[in-house]
Amino acid sequence: MKAVTWRGVNEVGVEDVPEPTILNDHDIILEVGLSVTCGSDLHLLGGYIPAMRAGDVLGHEFMGTVAEVGKNVTKHRVGDRVVVVSFTSCGQCWYCKQELWSLCDNGNPNPGITEALWGQAIGGCYGYSHALGGYAGSHAPYMRVPYADQGAFAIPDGVSDERALFASDAAPTGWTGAHQAEVKAGDVVAVWGAGGVGQMAARKAMLMGAERVVVIDRFDNRLQQVRQHIGAETLDYEEVDVPAELREMSGGRGPDVCIEAVGMEAHSNGPQYLYDQVKQQLRLQSDRPTALREAIYACRKGGTVFALGVFGGLVDKFPMGAVMNKALTLRGAQQHGHRYIPEILDLMSRDEVKTEHLATHVMSLDDGPKGYRMFKDKEDGCVRAVFRPGT
Amino acid sequence: MTSALGSVASLAARAGGTVVRQVRSVLEHGNGPGAASAPASGWLVVSIYREPTEIDATSLPAPLAAYGDRIETRIRPAPGGKGSELAARLIQRDSGSAPGPARLTGSDPQGDLRSALRKAKQLIEVGEVLAVDPTPHGKRNATPAGAALEAATKRAPKGGVL
Repeated sequence: MKAVTWRGVNEVGVEDVPEPTILNDHDIILEVGLSVTCGSDLHLLGGYIPAMRAGDVLGHEFMGTVAEVGKNVTKHRVGDRVVVVSFTSCGQCWYCKQELWSLCDNGNPNPGITEALWGQAIGGCYGYSHALGGYAGSHAPYMRVPYADQGAFAIPDGVSDERALFASDAAPTGWTGAHQAEVKAGDVVAVWGAGGVGQMAARKAMLMGAERVVVIDRFDNRLQQVRQHIGAETLDYEEVDVPAELREMSGGRGPDVCIEAVGMEAHSNGPQYLYDQVKQQLRLQSDRPTALREAIYACRKGGTVFALGVFGGLVDKFPMGAVMNKALTLRGAQQHGHRYIPEILDLMSRDEVKTEHLATHVMSLDDGPKGYRMFKDKEDGCVRAVFRPGT
Repeated sequence: MTSALGSVASLAARAGGTVVRQVRSVLEHGNGPGAASAPASGWLVVSIYREPTEIDATSLPAPLAAYGDRIETRIRPAPGGKGSELAARLIQRDSGSAPGPARLTGSDPQGDLRSALRKAKQLIEVGEVLAVDPTPHGKRNATPAGAALEAATKRAPKGGVL
């Protein structure tokens, strides 16, 4: 079958790969309906997560139809239309039972790599390097889904494929950020990054009762999407002094909750961006934390900063003094999507969460390299490039 | 340094990175937060989300049972409602075990036991051991980085800090 693959740093290919088979009794084989590029894929493409091999199938955000079920699968049948969370989690270990699903003890077949890098291994993730399990990704006509009773969710009638697709990763990741940051009614919430995850974090913060939600980016079309489809306020960091604006918008206090939805390749204005670029390219730091630093400085005393964008290794010039002296709560997580997807699908069915606008460019698998190029370079206002394997 | 860690470190070290050299140094000397050194006692431990009464010490899952009397095991409650702590150690261990040389020769008893413990945990909690191979993939290039990553992946079930 045809698949979109990682061929090397900044090199995406389309090539023939074998079809997946059921390996465990709790597996399903999914006929992929839609599969979408994610900002975190760009860290793989850029070589910032050095655990990809040429030929690895990309993609971790997807939906489709159940094509085959393992003998211990009880919740799904052939023909079911499902969306699948991007993390593989067993549902039986202590972490899963605490609903900290991305921290699953059993979902990563290669735990030694991340144990060495981070002290403990987290769960696995489709198409996201051998450090997170070495699973084939979803940019293909078929894919294997382990722990299917835990990770696949029936899509309600009336929710389109294009909407349900983002219940796989963007929406539950946003939900994870706002919920785990414990947004409260009346809070002022600032979100760095107006991509799919940032938009969904903003939407969840609004649903949790935040008084003001402000999303920060530099791309007009993304900020326009935030205002039009999410209903949050926006700041263009190329036009304004973000911390100063946030102070003004929060009565001089600073936001109660700051959610960083950018990650290790943050862009910014000013000399610190050049500084971070140079250090990253020289491998003197692995991640650029520009937006995270700003979130820490902007946050009110005693507030919460949530690192929702993907970081992989080490950062430099981390403002620990601000964290300690302002008594900040600093948290982070990959998505605990199993916990949030049922709620998200329900809200989608009632038109309270809309995501179709994120799919700005829909194309075939043959256009994989073009899709990633457009997504990376924001060509033609690309917010997300979506692949439809059946075309 | 475990070969898994060393390989990952080597991948990034291609770029001549100080970050990686720092990580490598930690791993090689086994004295940092990411070090994969074994405890002096030799005990390797996993927490299993089951009550101790649900784990039969006389009938442990096959990966541990296969060791027979070459290992000793212990089971005790994990505090805070976290289930049970299942520990195992080899009866005969190298004194002052330096894992690096043994792994270079392909012999890694400590890593094998670590892998067996992980499999036992999965069998008790989930009922089966998660597989990943064969996984669909395209053409593999024969590159040093690819070979290093493949070696790291092979070692990954045995490596780590467990």
